[in-house]
Amino acid sequence: MKKPKIIPGVDQRLLVKDAIKVMPDPTRRLFLRGGASVGALMLLTGCDLSDSETAENILSKISEFNDGAQAAIFSRTKLAPVYPESAITKPFPFNAYYSEEDAPAVDGATWKLEVAGLVENKKPWTLDELNALPQVSQITRHICVEGWSAIGSWQGVQLSEFLKRIGADTRAKYVWFKCAEGYTNTIDMPTAMHPQTQMTLKFANKTLPQAYGFPMKVRMPTKLGYKNPKYVVAMEVTNTDKGGYWENQGYNWFGGS
Amino acid sequence: MSVQTVAGHSAEKIIHPAWVRICHWINAVAILIMIGSGWQIYNASPLFDFTFPREIALGGWLGGAIRWHFAAMWLLVVNGLVYVTLGVVTGRFRRKLLPIYPRDVLSDTKAALTFKLAHDDISKYNAVQKLLYAGVILCAVIVVLSGIAIWKPVQFQELTTLFGGYDFARYVHFFAMAAIVGFLVIHIALALLVPKSLRAMVTGN
Repeated sequence: MKKPKIIPGVDQRLLVKDAIKVMPDPTRRLFLRGGASVGALMLLTGCDLSDSETAENILSKISEFNDGAQAAIFSRTKLAPVYPESAITKPFPFNAYYSEEDAPAVDGATWKLEVAGLVENKKPWTLDELNALPQVSQITRHICVEGWSAIGSWQGVQLSEFLKRIGADTRAKYVWFKCAEGYTNTIDMPTAMHPQTQMTLKFANKTLPQAYGFPMKVRMPTKLGYKNPKYVVAMEVTNTDKGGYWENQGYNWFGGS
Repeated sequence: MSVQTVAGHSAEKIIHPAWVRICHWINAVAILIMIGSGWQIYNASPLFDFTFPREIALGGWLGGAIRWHFAAMWLLVVNGLVYVTLGVVTGRFRRKLLPIYPRDVLSDTKAALTFKLAHDDISKYNAVQKLLYAGVILCAVIVVLSGIAIWKPVQFQELTTLFGGYDFARYVHFFAMAAIVGFLVIHIALALLVPKSLRAMVTGN
């Protein structure tokens, strides 16, 4: 799932073919002997083709414009549709940029949720402490950026309730999450305060399985799957956009649904 | 003087006014980007037992394709709104595309398939053309609305419900695309068979 470093819409073979034509003879021979790939072309020219391209820049700008459009469309009170238990997808799919065997195994007994940034109380939270907070439940549709969707049942603490308890400055722009395997994710404060945004501790009323993000995921039915981090170990309330794993590779930042 | 100019102008017989031609070619670019990037997005989670060859899909990977798709959508929608508004306000749609009688469609289809359909006056559409042009405008409306239903199934959930829910809306979006592609195959083939129709869409007459 790594992003191929090519200009969107440009055929790699044609690009390499064109590049060969303008090379001086000795270089051309070396290049052709070496496999004549886009990777080799990048080594040779020392430039990342995707970064230098105007089309890429224009598309980035429009993607940022779409972040603004989606923030404007987003309603703080409109709820994602909820479903009956009979609608839950079984089995609910595992999904990540790695395979299920490589999913991080977090020890719930020693795990603590780190809290940082613009908050009054930065005391880390144990799983027991989070389980002792008022719990909410939702059966909603998880929608993947790839197009497929699945209905799941999630229980946990409202993020807005938690932010209130730790004395977070909810006038801040973002909440940033860090996960056990290194995944990161930044969301906008209005989404963080949405009533259905949940620090999920259970799936279908049972302790969150490893595949679904044990010990904690953050469930947002108003955003696409890649904006719903699993295996969360830290969160920060901030005015700095720290990006995210997929967002940094070109997925839309807002990722709203 | 001015009367003469107007008379001389109409003698040249403008088949497609400038706004039609401008909208047509902007739309051509937008729809090709939407279809190509849409195929790449489809490949990430195919609805059927096939994927589109990478060579004809736009964007290189899912993230790139989504960027193209959600950039060209503005071009498609803004240009489409201008086109439909002017088509209705100027009366062009009513004049050119209506009425469509099933009997005429049948007889003109038969004539077209036996290469007996006359194209002496390309400013007047036969019944098959009327049906195809009106039909593709309808498909474009459906493809945009079902696209919004997939894009915003929470914020615009009423629209998503109208299309039978999120999963069903994906199929609607796909088949509306397929219908437009089907139209394009016929449309481009016939434009090449009757080159003066292509010239009219470039120069206006």
